[in-house]
Amino acid sequence: MKDKTMALEKITRRTGRAIPVPGDDIDTDRIIPARFMKCVTFDGLGEYLFYDIRKNDDGSEKEHNFNQERFHGATILISGNNFGCGSSREHAPQAIAKAGFTAVIAEGFAEIFLGNSTQLGLPCVILSHEDRLLLSVSVEEDPIQEITIDLIKEEVRYKDGSLPLLLHASNRQALIEGRWDPLQDLIENAAEVDKVASKLSYVNTAG
Amino acid sequence: MSKNLFEKVWEKHKVSELSDGSTQLFIGTHLIHEVTSPQAFGMLEERGLKVKYPHRTFATVDHIVPTNETKEPYSDPLAQKMIEALRKNTQYQGITFFDTSSGKQGIVHVVGPEQGITQPGMTIACGDSHTSTHGAFGAIAFGIGTSQVRDVLATQTMKMNLLKVRRININGSLGAGVTAKDVILHILKELGVNGGTGYAYEYGGKVIDNFSMEERMTICNMSIEGGARCGYVNPDAKTFAYLKDRPYAPKGVQWDTALVEWKSLVSAEDAHYDDVINFEGADIKPTITWGINPGQGIPVDEPIPTIKSLPVELQSSAREALEYMGFSEGQSLKGTPVDVVFIGSCTNGRLSDLKEAAREIRGRKVSPHVTALCVPGSQIVAGEAEKLGLDRIFTEAGFQWRQAGCSMCLAMNPDKLVGRQLCASTSNRNFKGRQGSPTGRTILMSPLMAVAAAVTGKICDARELFKDEG
Repeated sequence: MKDKTMALEKITRRTGRAIPVPGDDIDTDRIIPARFMKCVTFDGLGEYLFYDIRKNDDGSEKEHNFNQERFHGATILISGNNFGCGSSREHAPQAIAKAGFTAVIAEGFAEIFLGNSTQLGLPCVILSHEDRLLLSVSVEEDPIQEITIDLIKEEVRYKDGSLPLLLHASNRQALIEGRWDPLQDLIENAAEVDKVASKLSYVNTAG
Repeated sequence: MSKNLFEKVWEKHKVSELSDGSTQLFIGTHLIHEVTSPQAFGMLEERGLKVKYPHRTFATVDHIVPTNETKEPYSDPLAQKMIEALRKNTQYQGITFFDTSSGKQGIVHVVGPEQGITQPGMTIACGDSHTSTHGAFGAIAFGIGTSQVRDVLATQTMKMNLLKVRRININGSLGAGVTAKDVILHILKELGVNGGTGYAYEYGGKVIDNFSMEERMTICNMSIEGGARCGYVNPDAKTFAYLKDRPYAPKGVQWDTALVEWKSLVSAEDAHYDDVINFEGADIKPTITWGINPGQGIPVDEPIPTIKSLPVELQSSAREALEYMGFSEGQSLKGTPVDVVFIGSCTNGRLSDLKEAAREIRGRKVSPHVTALCVPGSQIVAGEAEKLGLDRIFTEAGFQWRQAGCSMCLAMNPDKLVGRQLCASTSNRNFKGRQGSPTGRTILMSPLMAVAAAVTGKICDARELFKDEG
């Protein structure tokens, strides 16, 4: 069991081309509609990322950045406020990661989504409304440019300069230290866990 | 200052501080279902791990179960595969499973309280955002992702950041025809869909005190729609009376001990809160949504707000919502024809919801062009309702009476909207495509308002329709 615990990547930066997904409150149903969650693994979810945003009922393509060749190959998503709200489905960040994205920039994130993403090593960083607009406009004009999310310097760099990013201190720490998947840490505290459990009457009397 | 319930429960369950400053929190009760657990079991298997405290995890099947077929294999082979995976995983790991043959199956957030598994002072987690429902009992209950389901299975703990606590008081009393669903839709309308980010919501005040446990569950259920990771009500005599003698509630001396402990967890009079917000019950009207998130709500007798009357940061969402819904700013929704009425879900699929709806539907008929579904939240709710003859009242009126499950709340089973159908729904989310059609539209409302929509075939004020009754 212990040899399974390979060291995790220390995530200090993400670099790549970006794609704006306009809108606030993009919920996890929109990121991955429920009808694609009838599965017992996360394999293949990338194919259905933002399915109803990208496609019409008849399967034809809608007008969206995702269907424009100039954005193909993007690895960083840019969106509005409260990204990932709604259902706690981890299928959402899994679909984002499996579709080849390595980070999300938004004006704000719903907490469950943020936690799920961080735990997968998918950094979610916040820009102010004004800065997010600047970045989106710049990327729309020049999608070929490379964006860098620098978690050490806490900034997003693009061709016109750098923008300060916000990231919850503990999430940042977990990513840059390579401890974003906490399972090993949780397992190692087993003695402490049992101690807490032993003091909880409902854990000891039931079953 | 003294501590609130959240702080007390957090302290009792805190295992350690992790190197990044977050908390390793003991999760006393873990609920699982078929959609978000199979991958977690797979991850355990990959690492050769067993479930650490199998007697603290309880399973049921709800999202994918069809509500109009009982025979297996189900007509949807993917659904069949998911239910079988849960059977296999729970059996292998020694986890109690309220399967469809148990007579106790249902929506996980209905089953937990019904069985007395949900108790005050617990930490509860489930791979479902509406886990906040269990806060109605004074538990701290979090919706989690699948990797965290794995963590809880493997260690009975998970990583969490401490939350702030916002006290929300609903003072005074509610007017006739105004229900718990209207209260939470009103709160969401006022505080927004991300106003609760970073907070636990503690609900209190006279209106909440007077609410039944089922009404409190409706309120706590939708905390997540406001961005709050959890919501709770301090336990009181009603909480204890609800739990007494339920299958998993403590018995005998253990009950007495538990009572003492539960009472000690209640937020002190002078408890510290990071924020306090007051609403007057009398200001709350029957509330419905007009848009594509649960915060886009209006009192039924008021028009959709004009774009320019909204704060700048809400304007683009509002434009998007109007375009999707096919509504105009300033439009009144009263009189808008509906195609489907859905009564059910973890928000409003409990016995009291069905009783309230049945009281008004009795002797009336569903409008001929409306498809109306009533889906009980659990097999036990269905059984109790049938004992009271509610199923007949619904079917005689033209409702379809279905078997327990999540059904058209998220449409992972065959119950789906078709095309741009408009649904008057007692569920919790009006997101684009939520009810199974990528272009389908949802208006959230109370069971009372949904019955009114079913009968008249359009959005109307239940208070006007049912005014002559007690």
